[in-house]
Amino acid sequence: MSRLRLSRRQLLKGGAAVGAGLVIGVRLPIVAAAQAPGADPNVFAPNQWLSIDRDGQVTIVNSVPEMGQGTSTTMPMIVADELDVDLSKVKVVQAPANPVLYANPVTGSQSYGGSRGVRDHLQTWRKAGAAGRQMLKQAAANEWGVPVDEVETEPGAVVHKQSGRKLPYGQLVEKARTLPVPQNPRLKAPAEWRYIGKEVGRLDAPSKTDGKAVYGYDVKVPGMLYASIERPPVVAGAKVKRVDASAAKQVKGVKDVVQVSHGVAVVATSTWAAIKGRRALKVEWDEGPLASLSTPRMFAEYRRLAAQPGLSARKVGDAAGALGSGGGKTLDAVYEVPFLEQACMEPMNATAHVTADGVTVWAPTQNPGGTQATAARLAGVPPAKVVVNTTMLGGGFGRRGEVDFIVDAVETAKAVGAPVKVVWTREDDIRHSFYRPATYNHFRAKLDAQGQPVAWWNRIVGPGILIQKGMAKAGTVDGAAVSGAANLPYDIPNIEVEWKDKDFGVPVGFWRSVGPSQNTFITESFIDELAHAAGKDPYEYRRALLGNAKRHRTVLETAAQKADWGAPLPAGRARGIAVAFSYGSYAAHVIEASIADGKARVHRVVCAIDCGIAVNPDQVRAQMEGGAVYALTAALYGEITLDKGRVQQGNFNDYPMMRIGEMPVVETYIVDSGEPPGGLGEPGVPPVAPALCNALFVLTGKRIRRLPIAADDLTKA
Amino acid sequence: MIALDVNGQPRQVDVEPDTPLLWVLRDALDLTGTKYGCGIAQCGACTVHLDGQPVRSCVTPVGTAAGQKVTTIEGLDAKAEHPLQTAWVAEQVPQCGYCQTGQIMSAAALLARAPDPTDAQIDDAMSGNICRCGTYQRIRKAIHRAAAMAKGRK
Repeated sequence: MSRLRLSRRQLLKGGAAVGAGLVIGVRLPIVAAAQAPGADPNVFAPNQWLSIDRDGQVTIVNSVPEMGQGTSTTMPMIVADELDVDLSKVKVVQAPANPVLYANPVTGSQSYGGSRGVRDHLQTWRKAGAAGRQMLKQAAANEWGVPVDEVETEPGAVVHKQSGRKLPYGQLVEKARTLPVPQNPRLKAPAEWRYIGKEVGRLDAPSKTDGKAVYGYDVKVPGMLYASIERPPVVAGAKVKRVDASAAKQVKGVKDVVQVSHGVAVVATSTWAAIKGRRALKVEWDEGPLASLSTPRMFAEYRRLAAQPGLSARKVGDAAGALGSGGGKTLDAVYEVPFLEQACMEPMNATAHVTADGVTVWAPTQNPGGTQATAARLAGVPPAKVVVNTTMLGGGFGRRGEVDFIVDAVETAKAVGAPVKVVWTREDDIRHSFYRPATYNHFRAKLDAQGQPVAWWNRIVGPGILIQKGMAKAGTVDGAAVSGAANLPYDIPNIEVEWKDKDFGVPVGFWRSVGPSQNTFITESFIDELAHAAGKDPYEYRRALLGNAKRHRTVLETAAQKADWGAPLPAGRARGIAVAFSYGSYAAHVIEASIADGKARVHRVVCAIDCGIAVNPDQVRAQMEGGAVYALTAALYGEITLDKGRVQQGNFNDYPMMRIGEMPVVETYIVDSGEPPGGLGEPGVPPVAPALCNALFVLTGKRIRRLPIAADDLTKA
Repeated sequence: MIALDVNGQPRQVDVEPDTPLLWVLRDALDLTGTKYGCGIAQCGACTVHLDGQPVRSCVTPVGTAAGQKVTTIEGLDAKAEHPLQTAWVAEQVPQCGYCQTGQIMSAAALLARAPDPTDAQIDDAMSGNICRCGTYQRIRKAIHRAAAMAKGRK
């Protein structure tokens, strides 16, 4: 570990020397750490992604947090392939927070969301491994006095077949580290890959079955205290008026009670003492501006605003004109979706230690860069003085890109002068999240005499996540709010999509697949309405309208074919279909469902996914299975409501999750398009809810225009 | 002081008797394979065995565990080679992995009483365990695989 730390420091120096300007827009921010003055002569580190020591131990540094998507296997697979080492012999470590070295080369930030692991890093990681391999080959060629093109590698060694000579990588460390780092090394041809494209078992699977994997909640450092924060009854905007900590301080184990930005922290010698102390705390709140907010009132206001024009997010032809002209058939529908909470299995938490020298944070975060910046700001130290240890994440789903739980830990630790782990309860998570926006969506469409759509008009009313977070300008169209709606793939001559910003101040954020998670529900349901109104088969209707969208069409056809679209089903069962592009990938789902005892029952989910290069196909399937369950849970149960500004749900009893008995068979078919990689964590979500509701419509004749699915939706029209 | 038998070891813990077993295991005994997920016995992440029976340690006061054999994921098999653990890796069940130790403890109690469970028995025994990564299909397969492995061993 000490050796690794040393080399990281040197990497840091190298990074600082080239400056932050290198990071953004540069495809391969390789840092020539090997030549950095004072670098460890026992380690060959051609760039920030890998190092080899004299014993031949290869260490690969992954910059993407492991939240279940399998990055801690996929990333080293890619580097190991190009470097030519056995994956089983590689040590994988999580990158420290250091945006100069480890920022995503596409976004320029060391924050991971948007299914951006493989799709933004494949070439960078391949080049990182290939650069190391090329230098090792050169070092061996020099040693043997032969031309470099006469040498090749086998896993972990350079070989010269003509003379039968062989040198393991560990013995080339000293020579390789003095060579120039190639910026454009030759990459292996796909046929040479040993790992990429093959089914490789997750390296983290053993530690996730024996209890040894360390999540943020499991962190324990010497002298550490535990804290639980009493948070306001309202979702946001409240302030502490008065605190009576006398009873809390009487609880055995409670050490301190301190006020922090998000409430009042009870600090104790154990988790249970902190929770008990918190229960004994008396806090009076100024409940702030949201204290009168209720879900029905919000939707009433959305409805009122939906009569007003919004900002244009997409305009093709003249939808209003086409809708106003005579003839044909007009459809008009309103769709509503609720707030949703991510419900990571591991509730939010973070551990921090603030000293005069700097800050150390241990956190299950999707955002090491933001964690570092936040801790630096709160502690008043430069970011370089903040060490971030990214632990395993017990789910991410977008929630862990936020830094509110980092603020909790740094503020509390700073106040008490000891390392503190701040843990959230499940109720804290559900009542104080950054929710998927609740929205109101109005549609109008016109079909010609043949049932073909000639106009599509859609006005979305709701808050903008990016605008609320200051990531987009107020008064512009929030990309996250219209994603999945504005980019409707269908060939319709007149399209207008508008967005009307209405933000009540409820914190909104990223929820697995974000805009497309809800906008695919509304658009893929409404196109289904059009198909039925036209008297056409919903699959054929979509297919015919996807003339210019080849990858959409291919996944749609694959899903339909694999699901035996059109073949008879047992009585009481029906199929629904939907397709979407999101996060660089194309997915289509066919869902078989029935209704029993007043409940929707999902039997079979057939998913076709085109994610370009599938680096680890079994994990592609795992993500599709997970995406299906996440989306079905939301469609069947997911709803966060507010009354008097309070979130009315609190735990899994009133914010239920799908369980094993409801699990359908999920079949995944990977469409090999030969394209560059797309995302996978998110694209398996969007088509699921509409495919299910479209199937239920076939059974009931009733269109489900509001989620979650209600009992009333499941009776016959 | 409360005397416990955890994974076959006698342990003395200095905690209040109302403390949920979960926090004693995690904070006092450093057995962090048992997870907190909900605190109200709704998710199963905290599942351990008391005398072989699966219980939710988040709602089990440590006082009631005294005098019974407590088994956690760390004590399920000395080499972490319980058929379920092997099957879990073979079927590539874990994603984020946070719920999986609780899933395995529930499954281990099931296999102890039903060595070759049907899907309905699996659904019944595992319905108290939530997985947000959606690994249920693989959990089912892994339990069947472990059952087959255990049969083969006999």
